[in-house]
Amino acid sequence: MRAPAPAYSPNDGIIDTAERALGGKVLSSLEAVGEVSFTVDRESLVETMTLLRDTPGLEYQQLMEIAGVDYPQREDRFEVVYCLLSLTRNHRIRVHVQTDDEKPVPSVTGIWPVAGWLEREVYDMYGVLFSGNSDLRRILTDYGFRGHPQRKDFPLSGFVEMRYSEEAKRVVYEPVKLAQDFRTFDFTSPWEGAEYVLPGDEKAQDGAGLPEAKGAPTPLKADDIAKAGVAQTPAKSPDAPSQPYGKTAESRAETGAGKAEADATPKPADPDVIPGGKGDTGTGGQNQ
Amino acid sequence: MSDHLEAVENRTDAADPTQGDVEIQNYTINFGPQHPAAHGVLRLVMELDGEIVERVDPHVGLLHRGTEKLIEYKTYLQALPYFDRLDYCSPMCMEHTYVLAVEKLLDLEVPIRAQYLRVFFAELTRIMNHMLNLGSHVMDVGAMTPNLWLFELREDTMGFYERASGARMHAAYLRPGGVHQDVPLKLLTDIADWLDTRLPRLFEDAISLVADNRIFKQRNVDIATVSREDAIKWGFSGPMIRGSGIPWDLRKSQPYDVYGRMDFDVPVGTRGDCYDRFMVRVEEVRQSARIMKQCLNEMPEGPISSLDRKVVPPKRGEMKRSMEALIHHFKLYTEGFHVPAGDVYVATESPKGEFGVYLVADGTNKPYRCKIRPTAFSHLQAMDFMAKGHMLADTTAILGAMDIVFGECDR
Repeated sequence: MRAPAPAYSPNDGIIDTAERALGGKVLSSLEAVGEVSFTVDRESLVETMTLLRDTPGLEYQQLMEIAGVDYPQREDRFEVVYCLLSLTRNHRIRVHVQTDDEKPVPSVTGIWPVAGWLEREVYDMYGVLFSGNSDLRRILTDYGFRGHPQRKDFPLSGFVEMRYSEEAKRVVYEPVKLAQDFRTFDFTSPWEGAEYVLPGDEKAQDGAGLPEAKGAPTPLKADDIAKAGVAQTPAKSPDAPSQPYGKTAESRAETGAGKAEADATPKPADPDVIPGGKGDTGTGGQNQ
Repeated sequence: MSDHLEAVENRTDAADPTQGDVEIQNYTINFGPQHPAAHGVLRLVMELDGEIVERVDPHVGLLHRGTEKLIEYKTYLQALPYFDRLDYCSPMCMEHTYVLAVEKLLDLEVPIRAQYLRVFFAELTRIMNHMLNLGSHVMDVGAMTPNLWLFELREDTMGFYERASGARMHAAYLRPGGVHQDVPLKLLTDIADWLDTRLPRLFEDAISLVADNRIFKQRNVDIATVSREDAIKWGFSGPMIRGSGIPWDLRKSQPYDVYGRMDFDVPVGTRGDCYDRFMVRVEEVRQSARIMKQCLNEMPEGPISSLDRKVVPPKRGEMKRSMEALIHHFKLYTEGFHVPAGDVYVATESPKGEFGVYLVADGTNKPYRCKIRPTAFSHLQAMDFMAKGHMLADTTAILGAMDIVFGECDR
């Protein structure tokens, strides 16, 4: 690894040792970016953690962090990530557990009391339930807060805003009103598979089955435009080779550079005059 | 008649309470959310038996700003300044963890001068943080003067911050790939002078007022003793775990940047009480000064950030001459760089303990998830068992020795 990240003991053999100690409780193990992580069975999490703490050769004495992650497209959408640290072996691993908003994760407060607040935070932020945590209250959000703000479907602006009301002489909650539309930019390039709908396209999809509204022609879909283009361009001879983008020509004869086009109209004296006028749609470019 | 005599003598048994019983009820008080000794917005719901603390329920989250959620909507570069605002007493150490996490995902090499500069400023930050914490701790237990002197020193460190980055607190000086800009030589020589003269003089003077002071010791020795086992179970780190006698320092055991080359000692406590935690921090200041001097002696010349133009933007002068540099600059400040998919947990030794970032990248220009591990969360959670059986007035000493800042705790 070239990056100057914290260097702890090498990961050699950790996966083998852990899989031997844990048996079938490990669903998958992964070593990536210099870190070892295990996805384990949710039901037997407490036994797994006890084994990870007490087995010689593993000895992960400290639980440093519990992080929740939301993957809405998965069946079990939440992942709970336990970051463990071994003080004696100077090593870190991560233990991942998958769950949804109903299936509870066994609490590890019996092994590490520090898990109490960490689990409360995951519950607060994602709504993941922890069975066995005797104090599963919200922790970071406001008293009486609704919803779980770190879920991917929770908007950044939230739902309510609060202010001190001079009339009511108390703090009042109101639905969020943004002075300016929330702006978010999708930087995924269309060539890398952006899945957003271009502005205007959604109208075409919604109105497909309906009769056309008066005065507002339904915008063409991209497919229709392509078909229309094919109909208008003169058909190529079947033996003409296709020209993919980026192909290089060997000689001038292939490109036809310098020669007049076969059906070229004579050059007008005034270059600003467009040949063919309005009626000619066959040969003109789309900008004409 | 015998009942009457018992009643007169106040002798009863619990199963048969009679008129002579005095019923004592525990009562609950609110400590905070606005209290000068709470070091921010902390609300402690305390159950007291007379003046003895029976139970403490800290209510945190009053400074929750949704940093982690906001970071998910920002590019990797735009997310960086949020870290200054976590632990606003040691801003650059927060940035340090984040840039190391991003670099780990990118597998980005960092020039050696940049690594020296980052270590140098991380240690300056440690001094800055400890000046505030030590000062406010002694003030919480009744001493006034040391705090004023230590604030003088803290002011100096903030001046150095300003000369390096342009900002006194929220520096945003570190970058994935190095630092933002090189420091002038005069700044380094000035800091060297400060380390040789002003810091030791003022600091040792201030500490000499309290370190052997009888009242200070009465307020701190044997207060909130934490055993080694408890320190491990409760996820302690930093001066809190070292105060309990475990020589665990991430700079030593899991060196990052050029900490592997640095020569410094890790102080540990012997009893695990508030006084030990205080003195561990005092010694850390001296060790930080030692590391900074070593950095100044060894710091090589060279580039201050990675030359990988897909991550680090070119300098303005370059942009004026090279079209490619202009394109890189434009792309990096509009779209930002893409980080390959993967997840890492990177933790560094911040002045308060282990500060970690669990970063999940999905291959785009924004973090998919950035979980911040605050040091205060595990320490404050232990407040309940640490304060149990102590006097109400001791809670300020316990809180002061924990070194908690709510920007980081509540995120």
